[in-house]
Amino acid sequence: MKLNDQINVNNNLAQVQSSRKPKWLREMTGSAILSNILLFVFAILFIFPFYWIVSGAFKVQNVAVAIPPQWIPHEPTWDNFTTLFKNPVWKWTFNSFFIAFGEMIGVCLVASMAGYVLAKKSFPGRKIIFTMFVAAMALPKQVILVPLFTMIADFGWIDTYKALILPAIGWPFGIFLIKQFAQTLPSELIEAAKIDGCSELRLFYSIVLPLLKPAIGALAIFTFINAWNDYFSQLIMTRSTPMMTLPLGVATLKGEYTTPYGVLMAGAAFASIPMIAIFLLFQKSFTQGITMGAVKG
Amino acid sequence: MFATILKSRRHVWREWLISYLFLLPALSFFLLFVAYPMLKGVYISFFDYSLNNFDFIGLDNYKHLFQDKTFIQSMKNTILIVFIAVPLVIAFSIFVAMTIYKKNEFTRSFFRGVFYLPAVTSVVSITVVWASIYEPNFGILNYITSLFGAEPIAWLGNPHTALFAIIAVLITTSVGQPIILYVASVGNIPTSYIEAAQIDRATSGQIFRKIIWPMLMPTNLYIIVITTINTFQTFAIVQLLTAGGPLYKTSTVMYGVYEKAFMLGNFGLASAMGIILAVVIGIISFIQFRYLGSDVEY
Repeated sequence: MKLNDQINVNNNLAQVQSSRKPKWLREMTGSAILSNILLFVFAILFIFPFYWIVSGAFKVQNVAVAIPPQWIPHEPTWDNFTTLFKNPVWKWTFNSFFIAFGEMIGVCLVASMAGYVLAKKSFPGRKIIFTMFVAAMALPKQVILVPLFTMIADFGWIDTYKALILPAIGWPFGIFLIKQFAQTLPSELIEAAKIDGCSELRLFYSIVLPLLKPAIGALAIFTFINAWNDYFSQLIMTRSTPMMTLPLGVATLKGEYTTPYGVLMAGAAFASIPMIAIFLLFQKSFTQGITMGAVKG
Repeated sequence: MFATILKSRRHVWREWLISYLFLLPALSFFLLFVAYPMLKGVYISFFDYSLNNFDFIGLDNYKHLFQDKTFIQSMKNTILIVFIAVPLVIAFSIFVAMTIYKKNEFTRSFFRGVFYLPAVTSVVSITVVWASIYEPNFGILNYITSLFGAEPIAWLGNPHTALFAIIAVLITTSVGQPIILYVASVGNIPTSYIEAAQIDRATSGQIFRKIIWPMLMPTNLYIIVITTINTFQTFAIVQLLTAGGPLYKTSTVMYGVYEKAFMLGNFGLASAMGIILAVVIGIISFIQFRYLGSDVEY
């Protein structure tokens, strides 16, 4: 009897104590706590390189190479940015934006037109064309870069914007994404507009495009980021310094004999800002774009 | 009666015409910039093709490659990278997804964002900072290991560590998309399944193996295939961090393609390398589909 009471008291005590802990902590088992600790460690490991870029951007050369390293620069300096902007950084930034916008608009336009008819119209050859697009998506993209380069060189397009913008529009991922989304749209709405005597172009422009908006938004942001980061294509299609993209330009800042770490970090920081900002602003669309492209259908 | 049939005939024809007009831009861009280069790649792989030459040499490029020690080394490195990086990327992504999917929207977005950062940031920025972290004399990695009494290592210059240093960076840039997909697909599993199992006192290990894992299979297949294809094409990290060195220990097939085509000007040989890589990727993807995708359709 006494023992039972004791157990009861202990139980009650344990309940009281545990109810003092916040709810999320009480629900956690040992392995959950461990995995959350691991998650935080990994998150810190992933964030650290970005911290190191930013702090490195404000260190002069002899501080950048100091041992032990200065975790926070004692005397932050803007010198690296001054040196960085002696290069045509704004032109590089413009090039990157221009190419990424060009690809984005081209891909969205071409893919919405094609994706819409592949999803909503029946015509002979529809299945073959769609299969061809899907099959091409499974191919390694970089493998065609050499023949593509020789072709672009034959056109005399090397070192122009179109050498980077136009080939990217041929890549069928966007068509696939829009088609998958367009299939879920109600056909009645489109049919009704047609009965009202709406012309095909008007129908597409004023009914279909607005309906496709979420998919186009996701595709746009996805294309923009991929275009900005398509380092291999930029590397081989660009020759002259003024035509370089921002990442490419920053990569050329490595000195021949000594590496100017501060300037490189300033460049790396400057080149990452647009992408990180765009990603944070449009994270939702972007996440949708990735999941939409992966759904089966 | 006849008139309406005729009319609807014409109507059908009109529909077909309109469909093809809408497809025309996509088809032209695709045929010109994807399909044609693909065929041209096969074609020029049979030629001795450089700045001054364009001579048909049959299979000589391929024969040459199978005796080329640097190509074989690059292929070995590439396969090693795939075999190490892909399982780690998958395991890490599933771990993160399982840990964050139940958290509130803000926390989930935060962690998704953190692990996606290296993928959205330009590879140039990533390699700039890793080059400094790995630097042998004042790099922060050697500083940290020295606190534990370790000797400094030239992480990217030492033939034993260089490839692994590359793989580590590669993994950080590859997990973003898989995590987003896994979080989405774990979130789609009906909670009633998991709750029912919990009522039956299933352990969390059992729940993962018997419920979550089977329901993740379609996502798994997609992620494994995509990650494998991307990893086989590893290029930028290698080009920017080691340029294939030391002694071709970090050279990948794509880096070899770049070197042969754009540094040595041998487009025929480079195309042949690209084709061999495409075939290897094709075979591996096929095996993955057969093995993992018996009940998954795309």
